[in-house]
Amino acid sequence: MIHPADNAFLSLAGISKRYGGVHALNNVNFQCERGKVHAVLGENGAGKSTLIKIISGVVRPDQGTMVLDGQTVNFLSPSAANAAGIVCIFQELSLMPDLTVSDNISIASPPRKFGLIDSKAQRLRAEELLASIGCEDVNPLMRVRDLPLSRRQMVEIAKALGKNPKILILDEATSALTSTDVEKVYAMLARLKAEGVAILYISHRMHEIEALADNASVFRNGRHIETFAKGARNNEEIVQLMIGREISAHFPPKPAFKRPKPLLEIENLSWENRLDQISLSVGRGEIVGLGGLDGQGQKELLLSLFGVLKRVEGTVKLDGAKQELTSPRVAKRAGGGIALVPEDRKTEGLMLPMSIAENLVLASLDELSTGSLVDEAKVSTAVADAIQRLKIKIGSPDDAVSTLSGGNQQKVVIAKWLMTKPDVILLNDPTRGIDVGTKQEIYRLLRELADEGAAILFYSTDYDELIGSCDRVAIMYDGRIISELEGDAINEKNIVSAALNISGNESKGGAHVGH
Amino acid sequence: MSATKSSDFGLRLRQNMGFAIAVVLFSVVYFLYHLAHPKGFSSQVLVQNSNEVFSLAMLAMAQTVPVLMGGLDLSVGAVMTLVDCLASHVLEGAGWSIFGGIALCLAAGAAAGFVNGCVVVFGRIQPIIATLATGAIYMGLALFLRPIPGGKINEDINWAMTNALGDFAETVGIFDDGKAPWFQFFAGVPTSLVFLVLVAGIIWVPFRRSVTGRTVYAIGSAEGAAFMSGLNIHRGKLAAFTLAGIFAGIGGIFMAIQTSSGNADIPMAGAYTLSSIASVVIGGTSLLGGTGGAIGSIFGTLILKVISFNFRIFDIAPLLQPLFEGLVLLGAVSLGALSILRVKNQLELFR
Amino acid sequence: MIDMTRYSPFSRLSRDDKPIAIAATFILVILSAGTCYTMLRFGSAPLLTPAYLIQQLQIGSFLGIIAAGMMLVILISQIDLSVPWTLAAGAMTATAVGGQWALPAALGVGLFVGLLNGFGVAYLRIPSMIFTLGVNAVMRGLMVAQTGGFAPQTAATDLMRYIAAERTFGIPHAIFVWLAISIGMVVLLRKTTFGRSIYAIGNKEAAAYLSGVATRRVTILAFVMCSVAASLSGVLLAGYATKAYQGMGDAYVLPAIAAVVIGGTNILGGRGRYLGTVIGVILIVLLNSVLSIMEMPEAGRQIIYGLVIISMLLVYGRGEKVAS
Repeated sequence: MIHPADNAFLSLAGISKRYGGVHALNNVNFQCERGKVHAVLGENGAGKSTLIKIISGVVRPDQGTMVLDGQTVNFLSPSAANAAGIVCIFQELSLMPDLTVSDNISIASPPRKFGLIDSKAQRLRAEELLASIGCEDVNPLMRVRDLPLSRRQMVEIAKALGKNPKILILDEATSALTSTDVEKVYAMLARLKAEGVAILYISHRMHEIEALADNASVFRNGRHIETFAKGARNNEEIVQLMIGREISAHFPPKPAFKRPKPLLEIENLSWENRLDQISLSVGRGEIVGLGGLDGQGQKELLLSLFGVLKRVEGTVKLDGAKQELTSPRVAKRAGGGIALVPEDRKTEGLMLPMSIAENLVLASLDELSTGSLVDEAKVSTAVADAIQRLKIKIGSPDDAVSTLSGGNQQKVVIAKWLMTKPDVILLNDPTRGIDVGTKQEIYRLLRELADEGAAILFYSTDYDELIGSCDRVAIMYDGRIISELEGDAINEKNIVSAALNISGNESKGGAHVGH
Repeated sequence: MSATKSSDFGLRLRQNMGFAIAVVLFSVVYFLYHLAHPKGFSSQVLVQNSNEVFSLAMLAMAQTVPVLMGGLDLSVGAVMTLVDCLASHVLEGAGWSIFGGIALCLAAGAAAGFVNGCVVVFGRIQPIIATLATGAIYMGLALFLRPIPGGKINEDINWAMTNALGDFAETVGIFDDGKAPWFQFFAGVPTSLVFLVLVAGIIWVPFRRSVTGRTVYAIGSAEGAAFMSGLNIHRGKLAAFTLAGIFAGIGGIFMAIQTSSGNADIPMAGAYTLSSIASVVIGGTSLLGGTGGAIGSIFGTLILKVISFNFRIFDIAPLLQPLFEGLVLLGAVSLGALSILRVKNQLELFR
Repeated sequence: MIDMTRYSPFSRLSRDDKPIAIAATFILVILSAGTCYTMLRFGSAPLLTPAYLIQQLQIGSFLGIIAAGMMLVILISQIDLSVPWTLAAGAMTATAVGGQWALPAALGVGLFVGLLNGFGVAYLRIPSMIFTLGVNAVMRGLMVAQTGGFAPQTAATDLMRYIAAERTFGIPHAIFVWLAISIGMVVLLRKTTFGRSIYAIGNKEAAAYLSGVATRRVTILAFVMCSVAASLSGVLLAGYATKAYQGMGDAYVLPAIAAVVIGGTNILGGRGRYLGTVIGVILIVLLNSVLSIMEMPEAGRQIIYGLVIISMLLVYGRGEKVAS
């Protein structure tokens, strides 16, 4: 480490945090100073989010100490951290959609007159705070619900500023902003820096880091890898540090690259302003990866193929036949069948309180029934087969699925869909938050399925995964596919630079993701 | 500046469209009612209407607070009945004992609401089922107080409260027994209407502008975000139910004064509770919580009631009244549902 | 996970069985308390005679049929407040139509109301609490307009009397109807794709939708079954009382919800066994009956009724915290 802890304002020593079997943070030492912007870098799942959650009192570390301004601190809640001057702007917004902008900005400690909220003073305060980040166009009387995502993000920032932070943490706070807004946020950060605020800045956008950061720390696999001053490392070196040299998972061998006849063909697919003229095809036996930064339209693409989105423009063909995908039920039966392993297994994939067996058969009930009566014999055979094929570790199929570990829960979701024997399998980041062992099993399974003739479209936030398991990778940026990589071209460097859109399109600044 | 002022007004209007529609609808229909009424635009008609509206309007305000929080209170009718029966025992006397009796009634309403809040917050039982059960208990207590309808209310207070301000002043002995010349302009205003405005102005408006009141809105809008923002969730919920109890209690006091008796009628209590939910929805408050307000619910009640007034005037068989009430309710909620046509990601329907 | 319920006699039961066992135990408590009372007071034990118990089951069958339908709706985390006037409309239609078409006409009314409710909830996505409340008001309006606000002069048909009030081998036919519906419910909930879909929707509608469950169709079907059950119960009640009358359904909706919840069905949907609902119905009917034998005034009954619901839910909930 280059910076000794002498002038550290906040310093963390030996911090560890585990989620189940996964080390989210492993013996991390970290310092930041007043009047400096400190960038925190790392791939998805490197431990950045856990770090800021610990600093801002959302979760508590298993081990380690945190010292703020010479005092050892231990925050029990976000409001305790707020009181100590640590304010975080989270990715998941903490705004109440039905309240007005000015209500939200002063929610915790509004200005009062005779014990009642002084709405005039509150409005003035909101106007001031919004003006300080150049957001005069937001009327404080608007309801947050009626604002586009980019404006909500600015309100979130104004709300944080209103708490007079000593340490301000921005977690991907610019991801939803337009480029003009990003400039305004930069100006605001420069002001705060001059006032002596310590700023922790988390972003995937390299040019932002270059423009803003005084120091940067790289995290990988829950460990703090290195901290360096601005200019000490070039882009290439930073990417290298983020990726690391070790390969974290073993992948089954890929077959020699050849382009099979397309099974799933997508032509000029557009939806709202989130998907922009997407064309892509996936053949039998092929695993195609979707890459890019989070929120560039990958999820929407998968949802549109599964009939969840309404008024999608463009055509989708299966084996050359045009499909009208109006609901998951239709998609499930379209052609040889489509399956989707959704983003959030807890709310979209599983009924947690219900049994493993009940969850497993839900998508294939029609095949396991005679008439509308469920054929118990068929069900128990099918359930046993699925459990065996995916090696799901369970006590009994009648246990609630909530009793399983994350990895085994995800296996249940995948198994549920395999029971429908789909031709096309869509997966939305299926290995997030799952232990390495299960990940490897999933990679092997995907390859097996492809070898059996399935077409697989696979979105992942983990670049290693895309490299190790995909025959082709399509990188998305701002609702478009900006690059398609094949064979040897699928490597870290190409994926990361395409995802960051470093080659060209830099002028666009932030991706526009507004509603 | 005036330009911003007017655009602010437009914004607020758009945000409170349900409320605005309720106000306009009521005004038009009520105006027509007076036009058609043989004694239209008279104090007498106004007094009669106002008295008919008061208790349900209170109950609608009571229901609004838990609904804003994203809950529901099925016990408001029972709390009103309980206080009604209590009042029929303690409002018989004269002078200061009346004030003591009213304070006791209010305390009883508040206590009933607070108990609801405790069952929901500390017992972690869903509001709908918790208040279903406590509602039965309150009905039982009401029946215990008044096994058969009866009781008595001080006649002066009955007279003063259920007539115009002039009669109120005369009874209470203010403004030269209501004969003061300047007072004549107000003398025809119904007393119950004045009290309705007072309750809304003295209890609801300050509550809405308090931190606790805003916590109630915040919980209904996004409980998780409210917690992350450091709001006291438990206090908000307890306050919401307690305030509901107070409003229901006021409704009960008036009902006792109006009828000069206490009556623990189970079907009537249930009907009042259901009407209160209808009033809340017609008044522009979302059953999902977070938006709306008690003033809107008052207008919701007015709309429900003005329908029955018109039935009397236009000589339509009163038998059709429930049908129209139901159709108004269904129409109101179906209009509000049109926004789902704009949803383009069907997963959003499930949130 | 610490098993804090180890010393409770119900600790080894599964989560869905525990409420049923507790409620069943409570039924025994009610019966013994009532018997103690009658033994001390009259020196006899009428509560334990088959005649008494059969009569309770007969009264329970009207509530039981309604509760069966209500359970389906609650399982998909909705509620049906239109039951009172669906029931009354069914009864009034049956007596008004008369003859052999009485029963089909009444069930047709239930079908219509159910379709309407289901449409409002599944397609318009209006909260069922308010939509069914509106439908209830409309049905009431229609019935009041139809009958002129008086009890209809028409009487129950012989068939209705036969089903509702007469007996074979000493057992009232109404009990057979309830039994048949109960068997149907068990098969429906445990053995059919529809039943599986019901639980799935109640647990997580989004996940059910993404699994290809026809969520709208299942929702509509659940409401239809609930309304048809209510109208059938109306027909039986009219047969039992020999006529239909205004407000005959008002006293049934809240006890039906209470029976479902006491039987262990989660008011938020997705969990609960049908046996529990049957137990819940019996518990409520017996509680009412024993309290009236004790000459408990209405006041005390209401209070006990409320306390029973709250305390049972508190007991069920306590196990919950340990489990999670």
